[in-house]
Order: sequence, then C-alpha cells, then structure tokens
Amino acid sequence: MSHQNYITGKHKYMNPYMAGIILGLVLLLSFYLTGRGLGASGAMKSVVVTTVNTASHENAANSHFYSKYISDGKNPMNSWLVFQVLGVLVGGFLSGALSGRLKLKTEHAPVITKKRRILMAIAGGALFGFGSQFGRGCTSGAALSGMATLSLAGFVTMIAIFGTAYLVAYFFRKNWI
Amino acid sequence: MGPVIPVYEISQELNFLIAFIIGIGFGFALEQAGFSSSRKLAGMFYGYDTTVLKVFFTAAIVAMIGLVFLNYFEMIDMGIVYVNEYYINSAIIGGVIMGVGFIVGGFCPGTSVCAAAIGKIDAMAYLGGSLIGIFLFGETYSWWEKVYNINYLGGIKLSTALGISDGLMVFLVIAAAVLMFWVGEWAEKKFKRPDISKEL
Repeated sequence: MSHQNYITGKHKYMNPYMAGIILGLVLLLSFYLTGRGLGASGAMKSVVVTTVNTASHENAANSHFYSKYISDGKNPMNSWLVFQVLGVLVGGFLSGALSGRLKLKTEHAPVITKKRRILMAIAGGALFGFGSQFGRGCTSGAALSGMATLSLAGFVTMIAIFGTAYLVAYFFRKNWI
Repeated sequence: MGPVIPVYEISQELNFLIAFIIGIGFGFALEQAGFSSSRKLAGMFYGYDTTVLKVFFTAAIVAMIGLVFLNYFEMIDMGIVYVNEYYINSAIIGGVIMGVGFIVGGFCPGTSVCAAAIGKIDAMAYLGGSLIGIFLFGETYSWWEKVYNINYLGGIKLSTALGISDGLMVFLVIAAAVLMFWVGEWAEKKFKRPDISKEL
C-alpha cells in the first residue's frame, strides 16, 4: 500500500466539488482580506528578478521589465505572493503527509522514459513561465482570480489556456496516455 | 468592511503572515483535489479525468457568488478589489503559450509548487523550467514591449462588456458550469482509463 493515509487509512483524493468549494472559500477569503486573489507565477517572477538584480544590478535597472520591480530600492522578495507561495509549499506538504502521498516520484505514461518526461516538464515549464509574463498572470492569478471578479481578461485568458491545450492535446497524447 | 488590509492599513508583517496562511489553504486544497499529479491534470484534455474542470469552476463560482453577496451586503468595497486589466493582444498570446506549456509540461505554476512539495520530481523540473521561461521573457522584453502594451481596455468586466448585470453574469456562468460538469461526468465514463486512474 503505497497510498496509506497515516491517520484515516484512506488513500483517495477529496471529492473534486468539495475541494473546489474549499479552494473557492480560500480565494474569497483572499479577496475579503487583501482585495486581490491568489497567484503563483508572480512569486517566481520575484525569484527571477532578484537573481538578475544580484548578478548584475546595472542590467536589471536598465531593463524596462526588471526595473519596474526594483525601483526605489524595492526588494522583489518582499512581496505578498512570495509569502503566499511559501504557504502553498507548506499546505501541499501537509495535505500530502495527511493522505500518505509523500514520495519521490516522476510521473509519466509507461511508453515514455523518465528522462523524456523530465525534459518535457522543463520545456513545458519554460513555455508556461514565458506565457505567464506575456499574459500578466497564470491559471491562478489571471484565469481563476480574474474570473472571480468577472474580469474580461480572466475569461479570455482561461479560454486561451484551456482552448489551446485541447487543440494541441492530440499531438502530445503519448506523454500522458 | 473589506478588503480588510487596505482599508485598515494593516502592517506589512501581519500582511505577510496572512499571505502565508492563505497560501497554506491554497496548497492544501490543490493537493487534496489531486492537482499534485500531472497525469490527473492532463486527464482533463483526454477525458479520462475531469477533476480540473470540476475544481476550477466550482472554486470560481464560489468566489464569484461570495463577492456578489459581500458587495450586496456592503461588506466589501468593490472599488478597491483588483479587477485584472485587459490588454487584448497580450492576454490571448500569453494564454495560447500557457496552453501549450500546460499540455507539454503537465502542470501550471501553482500546481507545480504543490506537486513539488510532495516529492514529484517532474514538478521540480517544471518549476526550474518556469524560472527559465520568465528569465527568457525578461531578457527579450524589448522585442515584445509594443505588443505587450497595445489594445488596453483597463479593468473591464465581462458583464460590462456584454451590457448585463453582475448577478445575471454569475447566473450564466453557473449555468454554463453545470452543463460542463455534466459533460465532464459523461466524458469520464466514455473515455475512462482504469489502468491510469488506478495508478494516480
């Protein structure tokens, strides 16, 4: 039994509608407390901006992209989203521990190798990271939080992400099924 | 009166503590839903597992209805609540690139953090990749700056664009979501893959 829950003995995931309600309430709480929704890619941007700024402050200060986040001596790591994403790490870990899912593992379809899966993950991450900057937010910050406030940008980004994934899914099926 | 932090000018330390606690809730909900598994996420696009659809739209609807009610009872100042700004070109181009990234990489940034937290090595690779992607965008920003900033419509709402009330808009989204849930449940039976589902 690789999926033994240490407390309840169950290994199932939560009912998806129930998990959706909890996620929705967390999102609503975020709006009520802070006036903004949830995010993820923004924290990763902070990491990149900090790294570039440390390697070459001159380069960062001269870039129209990086300079937005370091003007007036601002520290990009001092951001709400950085702390929120650290929380995601802890929350995910707690949930995995509670449900017996803590395990070092590379997940992939049986027909592809582990190495191929890792390379695809890096490539997919790079595309998503690039796209999240182009689109001013990812699935969390642009699509989910954007839809919750009924923003047009949120609906458009959501349709663009999921619509494109459906359109190209056929060509990548061997990686998953 | 919400939003609490901007209205009452809460200190930065407390603000970050709240961010951390909200993040824990976010990560916990994602992991419990199964968003820590790339093959479960990808199932959405092949029909054998439509968890993403169910969780994503349920969450969006709950938050949407919550905001409408908080506003109705004057418990939140919607003038301060951030409505995403719409740049037509960048939202579509960015979304399309993210869509390809989703099917190639099997995660989105939030779910990759959550999956990395429970030991998924592919998620850690994805996280590294996303830092590379953001860096590439930063380094080539001058090439995209123009298209990134054109056709700006501001923080416009879908309901405003359609000329209907927010309440009716929420109702229409709920109706669309129920229809999609029904299609999702049907798809999970039609395209079921017990061999994959058993492993997840």
